[in-house]
Amino acid sequence: MNEDTRIARLSGVRKRYGTIVALDGIDLDIHRGELVALLGPNGAGKSTSIGLLLGLQRADEGDVTLFGGDPQDIATRRRIGVMLQAATLPATLKIGELLRLTASYYPAPRDLAECAGIAGVTDLLGRRYGDLSGGQQRRAQFAMAIVGRPDLLFLDEPTVGMDIDARQSLWAAIRRMLHEGCAVVLTTHYLEEAEALADRVCVIAKGRVVSQGSVDALRAHVALRRIRCVTTLEAGTVAAWPDVVKVDAQQGRLAIATPRAEAVVRRLLEADPALADLEVQRAGLAEAFQEITRESAIVEEAA
Amino acid sequence: MTTIDRIAHPVMRPARVVAAYVEEARAECLRYLRNPGFLLPTLLFPSVFYLMFGVFLGHANGPDAPKYLLASYGTFGVMAPGLFGFGVSLALERDTGLLTLKRALPMPPGAYLLGKMCMALLVVAIVAIIMLCLALFLGGVHLPPSRIATFFVLEVLGVLPFAALGLFIATLVKGQGAPGVVNLVYLPMAFLSGLWFPLSIMPGFLQAIAPLWPAYHLNRLALGAVGLGDGVVWTHVAALAGYTVAFVLIAARRLRRHG
Repeated sequence: MNEDTRIARLSGVRKRYGTIVALDGIDLDIHRGELVALLGPNGAGKSTSIGLLLGLQRADEGDVTLFGGDPQDIATRRRIGVMLQAATLPATLKIGELLRLTASYYPAPRDLAECAGIAGVTDLLGRRYGDLSGGQQRRAQFAMAIVGRPDLLFLDEPTVGMDIDARQSLWAAIRRMLHEGCAVVLTTHYLEEAEALADRVCVIAKGRVVSQGSVDALRAHVALRRIRCVTTLEAGTVAAWPDVVKVDAQQGRLAIATPRAEAVVRRLLEADPALADLEVQRAGLAEAFQEITRESAIVEEAA
Repeated sequence: MTTIDRIAHPVMRPARVVAAYVEEARAECLRYLRNPGFLLPTLLFPSVFYLMFGVFLGHANGPDAPKYLLASYGTFGVMAPGLFGFGVSLALERDTGLLTLKRALPMPPGAYLLGKMCMALLVVAIVAIIMLCLALFLGGVHLPPSRIATFFVLEVLGVLPFAALGLFIATLVKGQGAPGVVNLVYLPMAFLSGLWFPLSIMPGFLQAIAPLWPAYHLNRLALGAVGLGDGVVWTHVAALAGYTVAFVLIAARRLRRHG
């Protein structure tokens, strides 16, 4: 990738907490204007990676740079916006006051009304944070994250606890920020969120990046297709066929994972003429993600 | 490439940096003044105690009792905003992730602690005004304006050692355990410093160790301010200043290390 567009970087970074290795020589580059989704099981090192880029911790080894500088330097952090999942904000402050306070940290903040409009909190400005629902609180936190006109936005599980409509409108707001040229680092447990937004997905496991690429590339990494159907065939019978990787039986339905869907479908139809409700799907990011983390675990064990 | 990015760092004008400190202090004050769980006990405990023992029952203990108790309960009233407003709130916020978020945001260094300090100063000013009003208008205490002013300034600045002590405690205990620990410091110290009963009626041993407690020194100064002192001022001021500096230094070291 192009060095000129790089705005944040972890290079050969190791971080240990006591005997636990959180990051084991991770390399990660963030480029201007892109959305990178960090995926990985809990404890894989996502939070530690973000903590280092935010200057909350120092690396034991390796380089951490943010806009060519040190993230612990306040001047570099004036170019970032942050939304942390774990933070509980003061319940007795109004959303307008929280925005005004956060805006005061930045040299040229966004107009508060405009900012509230983007995040969809215009009608909440006069309400106290503690009186809002979980989804409304997330939107308020998003507004605080973008108020400083950041060049890089860190969003930690931004849509946890949101209903589908609220999630869609936050995605629209995130896309708007990307449009303005802001880069985004997103951590999420919702794979469809990464699928909907990410230019690039980095799968982190055991303190390293085990796979990265576009969502499509990551999906292609896993050649599996998923066949679903209602059939009288036994799961055990189908599982013994060639090319069948896995069979799950749920309430008279079979879910079959296979790299050669066409051959398996042909055989299914021959074996059970009464077969109904046939569906064939490409593996989603969820399957790809499972496959990649499983592979890296196998490699680890073999090593 | 990095040189371009370095130059491109937006410049924060000094006026905006100052404004950020002011906004932080404003937000801290607003959030605690709107929190009855903090504000009511802080304001009511010293004033109700003083009303009962200083104003209604005070004259039974001699003509100077309302004045004497203005100093004691005034000192007692100064302790809570420092210990709870500063210490407990910081301990809770270290646990809830607010402090982490503030450290990730480009908040100017120290703005958060300065904001809390302003809040504590403001609350103590309110406590001092309430206590003075009770003493002057209900307790029949007569004080010249100069003594009223001295007492007020002493009370307000007197919160600093307790804020520093609260800060230090908050670096030791975080989360829900903090209120209990602070109470274990707050109530015994008030008693051992002679804020509830005069030291003169206490066992000699307790009298001897009283100078260990910051509240003892503030109480001596407060007695001096209302005209019942023994003339010693600078020893007590030095002791309080020493406590403040020591607690802040230890706390700063611990915060830098453990966050």
